[in-house]
Amino acid sequence: MKAKLMDFDKALELFEPVLGFEVHVELGTSTKMFSAAPNPAHPEFHGAEPNTLIDPLSLGLPGSLPVTNETAVRYSISLGLALGCQIATSCRFARKNYFYPDTPKNYQISQYDEPIAFEGAVEIELASGRQVTVPIERAHMEEDAGKLTHVGGSTGRIQGAEYSLVDYNRAGVPLVEIVTHMIFGAEHDAPELARAYVGAIRDIVLSLGISEARMERGNLRCDANVSLRPRGSQQLGTRTETKNVNSMRSVERAVRYEIQRQAAILADGGTITQETRHWHEDTGETSPGRPKSDADDYRYFPEPDLLPVEPSRELVEELRAALPEQPVARKRRLKAEWGFSDLEFQDVVNGDMLHVVEATVAAGAAPQSARKWWTGEIARVANERGVEAASLVEPAHVAELQRLIDERTLSDRLARQALEGVMAGEGSPAEVAEARGLKVVTDESALVAAVDEALAAQPDVLAKIRDGKVQAAGAVIGAVMKAMRGQADAARVREIVLERAAG
Amino acid sequence: MSEITREQVQHLAGLARIALTDDEVTSLTTELSQIVDAIATVREVAGDDVPATSHPVPMANVLRADEAGETLTHAEAFAGAPSHDGERFRVSAILGEEQ
Repeated sequence: MKAKLMDFDKALELFEPVLGFEVHVELGTSTKMFSAAPNPAHPEFHGAEPNTLIDPLSLGLPGSLPVTNETAVRYSISLGLALGCQIATSCRFARKNYFYPDTPKNYQISQYDEPIAFEGAVEIELASGRQVTVPIERAHMEEDAGKLTHVGGSTGRIQGAEYSLVDYNRAGVPLVEIVTHMIFGAEHDAPELARAYVGAIRDIVLSLGISEARMERGNLRCDANVSLRPRGSQQLGTRTETKNVNSMRSVERAVRYEIQRQAAILADGGTITQETRHWHEDTGETSPGRPKSDADDYRYFPEPDLLPVEPSRELVEELRAALPEQPVARKRRLKAEWGFSDLEFQDVVNGDMLHVVEATVAAGAAPQSARKWWTGEIARVANERGVEAASLVEPAHVAELQRLIDERTLSDRLARQALEGVMAGEGSPAEVAEARGLKVVTDESALVAAVDEALAAQPDVLAKIRDGKVQAAGAVIGAVMKAMRGQADAARVREIVLERAAG
Repeated sequence: MSEITREQVQHLAGLARIALTDDEVTSLTTELSQIVDAIATVREVAGDDVPATSHPVPMANVLRADEAGETLTHAEAFAGAPSHDGERFRVSAILGEEQ
């Protein structure tokens, strides 16, 4: 049954939305949080067969004991610092007890009342230029659970399944869970803020180099809490928690949907059930999950198998000194350095190409050239193939391609052919150009001969050019380029056409 | 003396997938009662002013270098599994939602 929705603007007129987010970040360490089993979130171990990245601890076998991963702790502190948090002088792990087959120990090792990082803030800049500060309550370390596949039943979902299959590769992957305080005042920007917040976390994580932060792979997962309260009311409404929304666009849509759904219920005099909800990408709706009370009794208690983590102040300061520039500041700096218009820059940001354009510029390309390649030809191919642009070609190769154009070794058209070869794995642009025989004809006499031939073949065009209709030259240039199989510099051909026509 | 019943012990054994004989149920019923009583004694002593001890040894920062170690083979991993499909563990249909 379709839920009734209220018009978004109408909902905002009657109610004030209050937001909160829990974002899980999988850290890209080599090994798991508490054992030396390889980490599937590390690039080296992508796509491993099920249950091959496991050791006794991943399976919760009797007698296995956890030992904390030092790199995961360092990454967590860096992330905490980048979120503007204080870092605990001492913190313990805790057992979160629950009985479910994705966690064979029957508890998840997490942190409860002693998170490693707490009380920070993230600055968000919306498309309108509006600045919003998202208050961070805490960021704590924990381990991921295994992955379940429900078999039988028609939908592959829990309901109606005959049995479930479990892959424990993901069990024990280091996670940092970032929890915000309640966010007030987002108003009409609430859906956009949700998207921008997750984007900001992703940018921070990427700039720290602690995770690949690919939402479609589950490296970054967002649970969005939404509640509404009538205008003028000081009392908070009942919230829902939409789980595991796996793209930035979906986060935005899910928040908008929940606002509209809850508003329709409240306006009809109904009540909101406090529950988790699942986002469905295909229908653009959420559906009820399980009821969730604030008093969820996970029987937390301090993890007796792990000793406290007490980050030294020297370590914290060392990591603070190594922090990269904040994403918002970085964006502002790059936009100014590159001299892009708002529209051009927005294109790059929306296409998720800030880092590749930056790397291309660093490799020697002019910013505008780098932008045109990435948001043009490469984005087009990426769309066509349904892959990330960054996965198609190295920034250094894009810079090399542009250099070949600037040196007039390749024309734009030849460069696109060379790019095609580079994306097909045939080597660097220069190697592809060499192998495919792509080269602008620089032999002047050959060009002149081709121009003369083309002019002789089109006497009417020649007459027009002599009458001062310079734009008519296009037909002749086209014929020459064709004769040269595209391997001529069109600008030079044009010059020769005009010279010879005049002569 | 706390009131742990034979039925409770049998229920617990079922959850833990442990087969118990009648004699074992009898002895465990007594032993579990004694354990619960012992904890009740501790509870009488511990007031709000006594912080819970989680780690009796005063140590911290026992950390491990991030270096990959050995993994289990499928044969090893599935050796104790009641059911599997050769790649993944097979478990009964799950009624509740993920946590």
